[in-house]
Amino acid sequence: MTILARPISLGTRQALWAWAFLAVPVVFFVVIRFWPTLHAFYLAFTDWNLVAQPNFIGFANFVRAWNDPVFWVAFANTFLYLALGVPISLLVAFAVAYYLDQVRFLHGFIRALYFLPFLTTAAAMGWVWKWLYQPPPVGIINMILGAVGIAQQPFLRSTSQALPSVLVVAIWAGLGFQIVIFLAGLRAIPETYYEAAKIDGATRWQTLWRITIPLLRPTLIFLVVIGSIGFLRIFDQVFNMTTEGDGGPLNSTKPIVLYIYQSAFRSFQMGYAAAVTVVLFLVMLVITAIQLRLARVK
Amino acid sequence: MSGDAFVLERRPARSGGRWRFDPRLTLIWTVLLLGGVVMVTPIAFMVSASFKYPHEIFDLRLIPLEPTLENYTHILSTSRFATWFLNSLAISTVTTISVVFFDSLVGYALCKFRFRGRMVVFVAILSTLMIPTEMLVIPWYVMSRNFGWLNSYWGIMFPGMITAFGAFLMKQFFESVPDELLDAARIDGLNEFQIWWHVAMPLVTPALSALAIFTFLSNWTAFLWPLIVANDRALFTLPVGLASFAGEVLTEWELIMTGASIATVPALLVFLVLQKYIVRGVVLSGLKG
Repeated sequence: MTILARPISLGTRQALWAWAFLAVPVVFFVVIRFWPTLHAFYLAFTDWNLVAQPNFIGFANFVRAWNDPVFWVAFANTFLYLALGVPISLLVAFAVAYYLDQVRFLHGFIRALYFLPFLTTAAAMGWVWKWLYQPPPVGIINMILGAVGIAQQPFLRSTSQALPSVLVVAIWAGLGFQIVIFLAGLRAIPETYYEAAKIDGATRWQTLWRITIPLLRPTLIFLVVIGSIGFLRIFDQVFNMTTEGDGGPLNSTKPIVLYIYQSAFRSFQMGYAAAVTVVLFLVMLVITAIQLRLARVK
Repeated sequence: MSGDAFVLERRPARSGGRWRFDPRLTLIWTVLLLGGVVMVTPIAFMVSASFKYPHEIFDLRLIPLEPTLENYTHILSTSRFATWFLNSLAISTVTTISVVFFDSLVGYALCKFRFRGRMVVFVAILSTLMIPTEMLVIPWYVMSRNFGWLNSYWGIMFPGMITAFGAFLMKQFFESVPDELLDAARIDGLNEFQIWWHVAMPLVTPALSALAIFTFLSNWTAFLWPLIVANDRALFTLPVGLASFAGEVLTEWELIMTGASIATVPALLVFLVLQKYIVRGVVLSGLKG
């Protein structure tokens, strides 16, 4: 067959082609992903400020974060976004998906209404919602509250209402994604299970708890993990909805990513900011691991 | 396996049958519709405000009494929204082409070639999914500074030119391409690159379109990295430009809403047309990812 003096074996040929396909991507992943990861870990142990030579300072950055009250405020806020955002958004998304699955008339149109916010730019919607939240006579939400006789609310201007106000926007934007995933999960449950339940005389409520929810577990786990990571990384909305993007009033909305951004790119404490990114990374790993473990045990 | 991707079609929506009045379903339908209307209300008010004069903006009417294009002409002539729009368009387009090309190259190689180191490459690429972007922005910034990439299109684009998620997605999809087909092409004398491009790629177009839509959308809406890497106003992307513009005009809400509309509405319209593919894409990437 072959007229080559030394025929290349099929295996070698495949390997050569494979590396030809992978050469550029492998270089990319090494230079743009792995190297920066190591670099971030290295910077976390230095006092680098973008100007002077970096000095190795051990765990000093982590100690500093530990002793900084603002770090803890940002950390607590981030957990609040997560602890409120994940259950509320999943509950609403499930309720919508569960009922939308039973509806046929204009099904696609209604789904599109819920899905549309998912396709918007978070930065732009931050400004839209900021406008809606303004005090009267500017803010539409307060105008509507006034019309039905409810006292005006400060929303973004109050330390207690600002975080929930931002959270609503984040939930609003992500709901469509969760609904579509839930709908797909619901559709994947074989009709025969429901028919069997019907024959056995199960009520709607029983069917929901004994069939639908247990069979949706993979979908649920996926959405919990993805949603948690999303809320831990919240930034765009807070940056655009608070005055000069400072996570105010009085740090009451500031999440950890904004804290990192300010440390690194407002005060140029690169080493310190890198240390906080390492903390964020570890927190994400731990939370994801716990969730996956819990999902397996049950 | 790829059949799973389209579970949306596996079972038609329940409650089939002929039309008959069902009070329970009617109530559910009404509540769902109202909820959906509430969902799009912020978007509707944004668009409405962009066509209003300042004195009308505090009016709850969605259709302005005196509609005007003045906000648009004002914004386009006094700020750089046109430039930012083109920047976003160019950056998202180039990144999407790169991602679709390279991710399917990686996915195909990992799926269809047997070679030493295959698992290592696969696991290594997959492991990068766990690294949050936030941890990388500081090293990327340092890198851009050292190489002179700050304030350049390349600086904004380089972190997203190849994605682990897309490579993984494409690998899953190439599983559905039968090896016999590739062997037949080999006998016909095509080289591996030609086989990938002419034989395998056309068979995974649903996955390619999903990947393309997603990549475009995530680059179009990206905020943190473009905010960090570009300080030159001429190089802002739309979200960053809007944030800076809004920070300057502050209370001129009709102008901010016009900017926000420019940033979101064209994309919304395109995606509305592609809705079917997007929903499909969300599902298949979601269930695979």
